[in-house]
Amino acid sequence: MKTKLSAENLNISFGEKQVLKNISVAFAEHEITALIGPSGCGKSTLLRSFNRMHDLSPDAKINGTLSLEDLDLNSKHVPVTEIRKRIGMVFQKANPFPKSIYDNIAYGLKINNLPCNKEVVQKALEEAYLWDEVKNDLKMPATRLSGGQQQRLCIARAVALRPEVILMDEPCSALDPVSTLKIEDLIKHLKKKYTIVIVTHNMQQAQRIADKTVFMYLGEVKEEGTTDEIFNHPKNEMTANYISGYFG
Amino acid sequence: MRYKTRISIDILFKGVFKTTGFLVLALLGGIFAMLVYNSISFFLDIKPLDFITGMEWAPTAKTPKYGMLPLIISTTFVTFGAMIIAIPLGIGTAAFISEYAGSRLKNILKPAIEMLAAIPSVVIGFLGIVVLSPGIANIADLPNGLNALNGAILLAIMALPTIITVAEDAIHAVPNAYKEASYGVGATKWQTLRKVIIPAAAPGIIAAVMLGVGRAIGETMTVLMATGNAALIPTGMFDSVKTMTATIAIEMGEVPYQTTHYYALYAIATVLFFMTLFANLVGEFFINRFRKYHAV
Repeated sequence: MKTKLSAENLNISFGEKQVLKNISVAFAEHEITALIGPSGCGKSTLLRSFNRMHDLSPDAKINGTLSLEDLDLNSKHVPVTEIRKRIGMVFQKANPFPKSIYDNIAYGLKINNLPCNKEVVQKALEEAYLWDEVKNDLKMPATRLSGGQQQRLCIARAVALRPEVILMDEPCSALDPVSTLKIEDLIKHLKKKYTIVIVTHNMQQAQRIADKTVFMYLGEVKEEGTTDEIFNHPKNEMTANYISGYFG
Repeated sequence: MRYKTRISIDILFKGVFKTTGFLVLALLGGIFAMLVYNSISFFLDIKPLDFITGMEWAPTAKTPKYGMLPLIISTTFVTFGAMIIAIPLGIGTAAFISEYAGSRLKNILKPAIEMLAAIPSVVIGFLGIVVLSPGIANIADLPNGLNALNGAILLAIMALPTIITVAEDAIHAVPNAYKEASYGVGATKWQTLRKVIIPAAAPGIIAAVMLGVGRAIGETMTVLMATGNAALIPTGMFDSVKTMTATIAIEMGEVPYQTTHYYALYAIATVLFFMTLFANLVGEFFINRFRKYHAV
């Protein structure tokens, strides 16, 4: 499979603290890759480095290569807004804007000078499996939706820009099991069009949805492979311990 | 401590706090009652409509005229002028401090702005007479610069610390998640500020502006010193004006006790009271409108 997104010899430190150590990892197109590992292992830091979210922290030092196909993501010459348009993100806690449902989708479209009308918004909401639930309340404040609906709205917001990659940072950690299943369903359906990288703490979730899994520990990639390999035939002892719940 | 003692202390303090709470209400009610009581004495002589719409304020003329329209318009001119200057400056400064300034600059700016609030109004009035007035007179080719514009600029300076501090708090309180969401779809810093952060902080910003308006309407000493105090209907910002507060402050000391003129000043105060009340109600209305978009 073609590599869509990759990091090579990536080192990231915040001030004195080195968070990622010499990471080299590649994510294939139209696949779901799960990043797993104990808290503080650098999963989220790695995820956020792809759409340059670390630009917001002045003390972040990034060394190494990050690329989206041929595009150098870490280059000063590549506009960060362009990167974020092509690499969408869904956050741990659903964070709809304090605006109406319609405006939540429309915002990103307008910001990026993309055509914005009811059809485009509807299409994004349909793709996020949310349209049927909200089609009569598009003017309602998005904050009145349930947690799961809010998270699907955030996915719709990302999808509306037609990105190539969607990064998801523990998108279900604040949701109940039913909403979680709906979102997992949605993620599996989205991989036909997008490349998805998802950080998760939930082993079952990784097994249910991911094609590939990357295990990280203390800022390093310890093992990567197909989800089946990682969970059923782990080569690294640490991976085996982690997935069977000895630590983490 | 014995259980009974603890319980009685509990009851005692419940009573104390209840009393202080009601005391505030009583004060408010008392002030309002005093204003209304004295105003009624005035309105027995002069019809309310004539008072509000009267074009001339000449309480010491041979045939006294109690028309407060010039005063209302004066206050409105000065307040509006002050807000036109202070709102963009205040919100801009607040946004700069909260979103753009580095921590070192922030540590200088914030105390400096709070110091600005500590300058006594009479000193600001000095500034108006000594610095602004000659300046305005020069630029606009007037005999003196004691006019509505002068008052508006000074009131803007006085309202700024309040507006900046409260607006900065509001902007700072906008959850990081909103900003991340906005950057995440490719928005720039300015787009995020204008379309996400400021709307999300709007209730706080409106509260800040309303506090600023309250300050500007109620401020007395500065406008008294800087606006020239001509009780005529102003036609522009370069005309001298006499605000409601300045009228009360100037005339209260000289007016014979319990005359129509004396009561008239109370009536002005009552109108002033309703104006600030109205400003607050408008503020509340907008705060509620924006609040419904925020998570419960």
